[in-house]
Amino acid sequence: MFAERSPFGFGYGGKILRVNLSNGKITTEPLPGKLVRDYLGGRGFAARILYDELKPGIDPMGPDNKVLIASGPLAGLFLPAGGKITFAAKSPATNSYGDSNMGGHLAAEVKYAGYDVIIIEGAAAQPVYLYINNDKVEIRDAAKYWGQGAIITEDMLKNDLGREFEIATIGPAGENKIKFACISHDFGRQAGRTGIGAVMGSKNLKAVAVKGTKSLKVADPDKLLEIGKQAFADCFKHTGWKQWVAQGTAGVTVWSNQQGSFPTRNFQSGSLKGYENISGDELVKQTLVNHKACFGCPCACGKYAKTVRNNKDYYVEGPEYETAALIGGDCAIGNMADLTYANYICDELGIDTISGGSVVAFAMECYEKGIITKKDTGGMDWKFGSIEAFDKIINMIARRQGIGNLLADGVKIASEKLGKGSEKFAMQVKGLEISGYESRNAPAMMLAYMTCDIGAHHNRAWAITHDIQVGRDIIEGKAKKVVELQHIRPIFDMVGCCRLQWVELELKLDYYPQLLKAATGLDFTWDEMLKASERVWNLTRLFLIKEHTQTFGRQFDYPPARWYEETVVNGPTKGSIISKANIDILLDEYYNVRGWDKNGKPTPEKLKELGL
Amino acid sequence: MYLDADSSKCTGCRVCLTVCSLYHFKEVNPKKAALAVDAKFPKPGHYEVRVCNQCGTCASVCPVEAISEKSGIYIIDADKCTGCGECVKACPTQVMFLHEDSPVPIKCDLCKECIPLCGTKVLFLKD
Repeated sequence: MFAERSPFGFGYGGKILRVNLSNGKITTEPLPGKLVRDYLGGRGFAARILYDELKPGIDPMGPDNKVLIASGPLAGLFLPAGGKITFAAKSPATNSYGDSNMGGHLAAEVKYAGYDVIIIEGAAAQPVYLYINNDKVEIRDAAKYWGQGAIITEDMLKNDLGREFEIATIGPAGENKIKFACISHDFGRQAGRTGIGAVMGSKNLKAVAVKGTKSLKVADPDKLLEIGKQAFADCFKHTGWKQWVAQGTAGVTVWSNQQGSFPTRNFQSGSLKGYENISGDELVKQTLVNHKACFGCPCACGKYAKTVRNNKDYYVEGPEYETAALIGGDCAIGNMADLTYANYICDELGIDTISGGSVVAFAMECYEKGIITKKDTGGMDWKFGSIEAFDKIINMIARRQGIGNLLADGVKIASEKLGKGSEKFAMQVKGLEISGYESRNAPAMMLAYMTCDIGAHHNRAWAITHDIQVGRDIIEGKAKKVVELQHIRPIFDMVGCCRLQWVELELKLDYYPQLLKAATGLDFTWDEMLKASERVWNLTRLFLIKEHTQTFGRQFDYPPARWYEETVVNGPTKGSIISKANIDILLDEYYNVRGWDKNGKPTPEKLKELGL
Repeated sequence: MYLDADSSKCTGCRVCLTVCSLYHFKEVNPKKAALAVDAKFPKPGHYEVRVCNQCGTCASVCPVEAISEKSGIYIIDADKCTGCGECVKACPTQVMFLHEDSPVPIKCDLCKECIPLCGTKVLFLKD
C-alpha cells in the first residue's frame, strides 16, 4: 500500500519515520497519497498501518508489536487546538487495536521535524530512548533514566538535551509492563488509555525526544490566517469560554454528581457524598498554580496544581474530570489534597488515572467483600476513601509486588483469577476499564462504552448529554446517535485537533473541511471526512475480529454484569438498572445502523461501500 | 508604543508564535516568530513571555546600520543586513532570532497580529 508516492506537500510533515529497535535500522518513507485520501491522518493512519503490518495473534508485549506515533494534517498549524497526537499499538489490555490521544506540544513538534508518523518496531536489548532532531535520528542509551518517574525523566531529558525538546516518556509502570501504563508528556499530558506505555516498556523504550525547526508550508496561507482568526474569535466570544478556562474539565464534577453519573465506590453508586470537596471550585481555591494549554488551544483546560503533604510540595497537572471520577469517586478519595496527591503518584509512576483508579477501586471492593484479605494487604485496611491504601495499592501495582502483580493486568484478568463473583464488578468492556460515567440510567452512554473500538472509553461518543436531552429511559433510537458521534468525534483524532472546541464552545464543524483545504489544498467535504471516519471504525472492528476469529461474537460488546444485575445504590440515579433484554435491543439497533450482522460483523456490502 | 506582556496570565498555547510566523513568512513555524514563550515546569509551573519593547539596542550595535527607527519601531533593512548576528547577541530581552531559513534576524515589527489572538490577554500595547 506504500507504492504510491504522496503528492501532498502542504499541511502534512510529508514523511513516515521507521525505527527498528532490534537492529537499529532507521529509515524514512514518503507519506503515501492513498493513505492520506482514505485515512486523513492520526488515528486513521495508525489503524491502517497496524492492520496491514501486524500479524494476528502476536504478543502485544513482544517485539512483533509496533508503537505508532501519528500526527494529523491540522496539527501544528494556526487554528484552534491543533495539538493532538495519536499513540497506537496492539493493546495489551484488549489484545486488539489500541490507541490513545495526547495533547501538549508533541504533535506540533513532530510535524516541525518533518514527520507525520513514527513507527517504532522490534525491541532494544537494553533501555534506550529515541532522539529526533529534525533529520538527525538516533537510538540512545537510557540507562540513567530507567527506573525514574515520568515527571522526573521529562525534566532530566530536557536538562540534558535542551528545554526546547518535547518529550514523551514512560514511568516505572511502563517499564514493568503494567497493562494500563500510560505515556506522559508536557508535565501533565498523557496518552493514558489501552496500555501503550507497557508496549514501550516491553521494547525497552523509555522515551521519545523530539525537536523540529522546519516550517509547515500550507496551501493557502492567507486563507488559513483568515479562517484561523475567525475560529479563534468564535471560541473567545462563546459564553462558555470563561468557565472552561477557569476550571477545565474539573467543572464537570458537580454536574456529573448531580446527574448521578459519577462513578462511585467501584460503580456501586452514581454520586459521592461530599463531592463538593473535589469540585472545580475547590481546585481553583485550594491547589491551582497556573492555567495550562496544549498547543494552539484557546481554552487551557489544564490546571497546573500544587499540594503539600508531610511538608513536601507536589506539583501535578490536574485533577481533571476523569481523575476526579475514577480516583475521587470510584475510590472515594473525597478531598482535594488527597486527590491531587493521588493524581501526582499516578503521573509519576506513569499509570493511567482512569484504569488505575478503576483497578484500585476494584481491589478496595474485593477487600470489602473479603475476596482480598489482610494476608494480601500486609495487614493494611484497603477501605474506600483511604489515601494510604491508594498509595500502597498503586505502588504495589506499578512494581508488580504481591497481589499488585495480579492487579497489574487490569480488572478483567485480575477478576478471572480472583473469582468469587468478582467478574461481575470488574468494570470493563473488552478488557479496558470503563471511564468516568455511571451509565445504568444512560443507555446511549452505555452503548457508547459497549461498542467503543478500544474498549470502554468515552472519547468516541460522549452520549450522556443525549440521554439527558431526549429521555434517559428511552432505548429506541439511541444507537443512531451513538453511531453519529462515533463518526464525528474520531475525525478530530484523525486531523490532529482537540474536539472540545466543538463539544464545549460549539465551534462549527464547517470549519474543519475549510481548514483542511487551506492547510493541505485537499478538497474534502464534511461527508467525505465522515466516510473516512466510518472506514476507520470498520477497520478497527476487522482488527478485533481478526484477533479473535474463533471466539468473536456479540459478547465482546456486553457491559459488566453489575450494570444489568445490580441497581445503583445511591445518588440521583438510585435504583436504576438496565435489563439484559434492553442491552440486546441496543446492540441489535446499533449493528443495524452500522450495516453489521447480528453478531456484530461488518457485512460484505458495508465493507465494499467503504472500499475495505 | 511597544508590545508588552503579563506573563502571569500565559497558558503556554503558543498561538502568538504561530500567527507571527504565518503572517510574516506565509508558513507556520513557532521558531520563526518575534516573541518567545518559556515554559517553567515542573517547578514553579508557569510561563514567561518575552517580547520586543523596541528599545533600539539592536540598532545601536548594528555594524552596517541596517536597523532604523520609524515611529518608534525598529525595522531591519534586509538589503543592508549581513546576518552577522550582533543584534541577536545584544538584544536585552533575547527576542531577536536567527533561523536557518532566514539570513536576516527575525524581529518584532509591531504588526499587532498576536494581540487579539491571546485569549487571556497576556499581550498588550504600551506607550
